[in-house]
Amino acid sequence: MMGGLSIGFVTPWILAALVVLPVLWLILRAIPPAPIRRRFPGVVLLLGLADEDTVTDRTPWWLLLLRTLALAALIIGLAGPLLNPQNRDTARGPLLILMDASWASATDWEARREMVAALLDEAARNGRVASVQRLSAPEPLRFLQADAVQSRLPGVTPMAWAADAEALQFLAAELQSLPADQRFDTVWLSDGLANAGRSDLLKALQPRGDVRIVQTGLGSVALMPATYEDGRLVLRARRSQARVAQEVTVQAIGTDPGGAERILASLPLTFEAGAQSADNALVLPSELRARVTRFEIANLRSAGAVALSDDSLRRREVALIAGREDREELQLLSPLHYLRQALMPSADVIEGALTDILPANPDVIVLADVAVLSDGETEAVLDWLNEGGLLLRFAGPRLAASEISRTAEDPLLPVRLRAGGRSVGGAMSWGEPKSLAPFDQDSPFFGLAVPEEVTVTAQVMAQPDPTLADRVIAALSDGTPLVTRKSVGDGQVVLVHVTANAQWSGLPLSGLFVQMLDRLAILSAVGAEAETRLAGTTWQPVKVLDGFGRLEDAQTLAGVRGEALAEGRVGPELQPGLYRDGDKVLALPVVKDDTDLSAARWPATVPVEGLRGAVSTDLTGYALAVALMILALDVFASLLVSGRLWGARVAAVWLAALMIAPSVDAQTADVPAKADNSLEVVLGHVQTGDPQVDEIALAGLRGLSNVLFFRTSIEPAAPDTVDLEVDELAFYPFLYWPITPDQPSPSQEAYAKLNAYLRSGGMILFDTRDADVARFGTASPTGRKLQKLAAGLDIPPLDPLPEDHVLTRTFYLLQDFPGRYMSRDVWVEAAPPDAEKIEGMPFRNLNDGVTPVVIGGNDWAAAWAVDTRGNTLFPVGRGRAGERQRELAYRFGVNLIMHVLTGNYKSDQVHVPALLDRLGQ
Amino acid sequence: MTTAPHLRSQAEVEAASLPPLLAHAEHLASTVLLGEHGRRRSGMGDDFWQYRPVQPGDSLRMIDWRRSARSDAQFVRQREWQVAQSVMMWVDTAPSMMFSSTKDVPQKADRARLLALSLAVLLIRSGERVGLTGTDLPPRRGEIQILRLAEMFLRDDLEGETPDYGTPEARAMLPHARAVFLSDFMGDFDAVVAALTKAADRGVRGVCLQILDPAEEAFPFKGRAIFESVGGSISHDTKKADDLKGRYLERLAERQAALKDLCRATGWLYGHHSTGQPAQAALLWAHRALEKRG
Repeated sequence: MMGGLSIGFVTPWILAALVVLPVLWLILRAIPPAPIRRRFPGVVLLLGLADEDTVTDRTPWWLLLLRTLALAALIIGLAGPLLNPQNRDTARGPLLILMDASWASATDWEARREMVAALLDEAARNGRVASVQRLSAPEPLRFLQADAVQSRLPGVTPMAWAADAEALQFLAAELQSLPADQRFDTVWLSDGLANAGRSDLLKALQPRGDVRIVQTGLGSVALMPATYEDGRLVLRARRSQARVAQEVTVQAIGTDPGGAERILASLPLTFEAGAQSADNALVLPSELRARVTRFEIANLRSAGAVALSDDSLRRREVALIAGREDREELQLLSPLHYLRQALMPSADVIEGALTDILPANPDVIVLADVAVLSDGETEAVLDWLNEGGLLLRFAGPRLAASEISRTAEDPLLPVRLRAGGRSVGGAMSWGEPKSLAPFDQDSPFFGLAVPEEVTVTAQVMAQPDPTLADRVIAALSDGTPLVTRKSVGDGQVVLVHVTANAQWSGLPLSGLFVQMLDRLAILSAVGAEAETRLAGTTWQPVKVLDGFGRLEDAQTLAGVRGEALAEGRVGPELQPGLYRDGDKVLALPVVKDDTDLSAARWPATVPVEGLRGAVSTDLTGYALAVALMILALDVFASLLVSGRLWGARVAAVWLAALMIAPSVDAQTADVPAKADNSLEVVLGHVQTGDPQVDEIALAGLRGLSNVLFFRTSIEPAAPDTVDLEVDELAFYPFLYWPITPDQPSPSQEAYAKLNAYLRSGGMILFDTRDADVARFGTASPTGRKLQKLAAGLDIPPLDPLPEDHVLTRTFYLLQDFPGRYMSRDVWVEAAPPDAEKIEGMPFRNLNDGVTPVVIGGNDWAAAWAVDTRGNTLFPVGRGRAGERQRELAYRFGVNLIMHVLTGNYKSDQVHVPALLDRLGQ
Repeated sequence: MTTAPHLRSQAEVEAASLPPLLAHAEHLASTVLLGEHGRRRSGMGDDFWQYRPVQPGDSLRMIDWRRSARSDAQFVRQREWQVAQSVMMWVDTAPSMMFSSTKDVPQKADRARLLALSLAVLLIRSGERVGLTGTDLPPRRGEIQILRLAEMFLRDDLEGETPDYGTPEARAMLPHARAVFLSDFMGDFDAVVAALTKAADRGVRGVCLQILDPAEEAFPFKGRAIFESVGGSISHDTKKADDLKGRYLERLAERQAALKDLCRATGWLYGHHSTGQPAQAALLWAHRALEKRG
């Protein structure tokens, strides 16, 4: 310890070397700087001139001082200086560091970790063994060398739960297993919250050695799960310390329409002085509410400050459609009455015509006794189903009377139906009304109690089918299906074989009806008791919270039982986060209303201190760095003294140092170079990886670009090589893709890019380059490769290029499309089947749009290829006929590019006579 | 490196801005070669001087019949007596001349060659005969001589086996010719005295142009240094170069004064040029100095 500076040294005796500094001063002073050799013709005039004062030229005092300082810094650095040395602990025994490591200690985790690191540093210097234990995730107790423990410190992070009784018991057992005479000191970093089992652990620790408790006096703030009351979101926060007034801001975070996460709303919560909880209400439009994924307290990094939102905040949009809307009926006979009553409190109900409702994209459509839908409606509903809709159908007289789904299964019904249905227990039939059978384990209704009073008197009957057993999710006591279900795309169709009113059964009158609707994820989870809702279900964790309140992927965790979820005791087995069962999502909160948030109380015998502010810092690195910096300065100072600082070579070094910065910029500026292609029409070819093929393709496009430039109003810039993985395709109206047998397949991202490119009007010309030996589609290596490559592409049905295709007349009138080879096999998008030749028109009216692909094998690039001087690179055919073939190849290229750029313009041209005719000529 | 065409073109540029040098011809009775310096009396020459009536003793061939036909008397056409002068140059190409203190300043040798060739261009344009001292290139006239001079200057450049400091070449000087010495005059002073005295004995007058580098004139050195001559034959070690500055400049001034005195005694003119300044001023001065009589 040196005076009041609070600097200590690890090896102070090295400081004795400071004594040599004055000696060094004298030595350095006597040695003049090295002379410079100078060429100087005037030296003849100097001959015989003696120096007047032989001792004047010495090392300047400031240079001496600089060097002495450098040496002093070096000596001090080697002596191992420490700022705020902690030499209070001279104990040699093992050190146990206990950390609560719960969500409540995550807010100041950095400070805790630094403190633990400092403790371990100190222990390492004293040669002590140590162990770090987290109460929230205890491990077998093992004392290791302190620096070995330190290397594991980065992995020590807080958990989203507090230590439970099992963890404390585990640790107590570990302590028991230690030898009875082993003593160790304990430092306990507490999170400041009360914990029941803690005093027992403390009692087990105290006989072993000193116990120190470290905790902050700030207390913790936790956010309760948001609740939905009267159209408002009620947010409540609780805290452990209630002495002073405090205000926190709660942020509602969710995705914006662009998919980016952002703060959708924020709400202040004010704790009055002395109050342990604060609440406030937030009014959000339902669209925004549906986007909220979590609420969190701003600037508080802790799992307790995060409340995830789940289905309880979502109100589903349910569309109700009944078959007999035109009839005036009694309210209670309306097929929708009971549905409306069940749904109103927890869902947004909309009613109207099916075609009006579908664009609103409701979550659920209920068809009560609706038998037949038109073709268009069926198609629209199927589309909606494919995207995840839920179609719930109820039977009724109409459905029973209709012929729907008799012989073949209707796409909108889960089963085939028998004619007429059946009625039991009525005046004209035998038998008792049937009651419900207990729900099967596979059924979504599993776990719901079946009330005795629910009976069924009439129902529609399902035809026995091989698939029927899989589709039944509820049955009557005699085994006949009551509720059947099938999946359509991402969605599902559910048929309840009775009416939605009380005509056929007592089901709509019972509480079971509401619970069933809930299980089908039609209702938002409001009002029902958690235990009954969750009984018998299994939930898969989707995302779990870590101690800092960050969401982590949880697909690797095992599913949990609904009962455990209802109980909600979070721990390693049941981590707080989002759980999913089918379509239902449930959030398990870190802190609930009944979680104990009172401040921890420690016995008076245990010293409690705050997080230590001044930890000892090793200054060795700084001192050595200072020494190095002074030596670097000395380089320049020496140069200055000897007059060489601004010499030509030194200037070059300076210049080089200055050049480094701009050269970095030059690299970063290189990236958007291809964006220049957006200014001009640029033809591109796909990089195959075969340098020769790529070169020919580029040369071919160069030749085609030249021809286009000379002959047409298309004036393309120099063609470009396109790397599918890296480059933006949108800048290229046309891609030439030569196929080589061994080129790599594009990645999934590249395929996505290619499909987007094809859909948005781009064209790819596939060239198998083997028309001389193979015909398209046959088993040539490149043909097979093309099939493999194109498998991932969104390519429409293809046809051989028809005679009246617009490609034959976009610029030149062509019937052949030769490249280097003369094959007629060129394939384009097939014409629509309804395209017919109109009387008086030379062409069919087809191809409303550009064919996204043209496939052939004529090796067009080789026919087009020219070098930079415009000389053709490859021979085509023989003699004059060959030149004609090359010319036709160019014409095909021109037509192709014209087709890409002008679309069906030439097709429209053929209507001109008709249009003129109509205009009154 | 300077090439012959390059040196020539640079010299032409320098020479173009001056009027043709008409070196004054003094007593050149023995040098009867024709030049363009009118003696303001009739004699041998190209330019018309006067018509005079035929005197007895004139041969008939001497009568200018065209003039005589316009009058009754016969006339003789007389031409002006013209003589040319020989100018001999010595350009110091010793290693001490191959020095420049910074990149911006040309080497002294380069500057000396440039000045010499510029002067030669001017003199030859005005009809003089220019050559080198010594026996390598005697004075001749004509444009071709410029090329020969340029070649000689550059050939000297390539010779390696020379002492660090040059000595003036005073052999084979034509009597009563004129001479130009271009050097830094840092070498043996006695050799300079001998050369000038010998020249004066033969009636040769001329110009000594001392060419110095700015560093040689200012001595801007500090600190510990070892000074070496360009060839490395002489070196001087000092611990504090700035201390030497005063005394060096004193010695330089002494040498310049001695050179000036010598020139005055031998009828030469002494000039001084720093390579840090443009060559134009030095050329102008040399051109004037050669024009001067005596």
